[in-house]
Amino acid sequence: MSTSNMRTPLGRVLGLGSAKSGTEHFWKQRLTAVANIPLTIAGIVIVIALLGRNHAATAQILGSPVIAILMLLFVISVCTHMRIGMQVVIEDYVHEDKSKLALVMLNTFYCVAVGLAAAFAILKLSFGV
Amino acid sequence: MAMSIAHRVTGVGLYFGTALLAWWLIAVASGPTAYSTFQSVAGSWIGRLVLFGYTWALLHHMLGGIRHLFWDLLYGLDKTEREWMSRATLFGSIALTILLWLLTYFFTGGLRS
Repeated sequence: MSTSNMRTPLGRVLGLGSAKSGTEHFWKQRLTAVANIPLTIAGIVIVIALLGRNHAATAQILGSPVIAILMLLFVISVCTHMRIGMQVVIEDYVHEDKSKLALVMLNTFYCVAVGLAAAFAILKLSFGV
Repeated sequence: MAMSIAHRVTGVGLYFGTALLAWWLIAVASGPTAYSTFQSVAGSWIGRLVLFGYTWALLHHMLGGIRHLFWDLLYGLDKTEREWMSRATLFGSIALTILLWLLTYFFTGGLRS
């Protein structure tokens, strides 16, 4: 072991680096990127198939189990992906600590709110309440 | 360089566009009145323009993302491959967007407002 290495043995074992979160975001961004490919294709096909239909037909098809599950997976994967992506953009361009923290928080609130609202709508259609 | 910023810009556009997807789903779940409000906005010329742009941003970001996944695996990094993939991302996304919209109009009669 080099004597010039200032990192503690625990720090090296945990491998979390200076940001303390390791490669979690890097990995999650790629995981959701791969998941987004088939889910986006499914999502586009579903939206195109539904655009010309009336409300009753649209509600019934969106609430059917296979379509609802695909849409839920699509929404969850997309919202996870866009939260990480926007955080990278914020961290690249906003360097003032307080505004950076505020925007990173706002980003999470937005992504959770949009994801939950969409998921709730899909579940409501499925359970028909 | 230009394609890198395009990936970022389309990503930011899609970020806000996801709210429209949520609106569509909530409108369907809320009932016929909320759904017809959504349809009249989405079916207006500006609504169609936004949806067309959204489709292009989605496909551009998807093809650009596939390019990034190839690079992560260390494929396609030399000069000719990079340029070929840049062009494929740009022209592929435009061609697929037009194709998808033509299919939408053929099979569903377009957006009804």
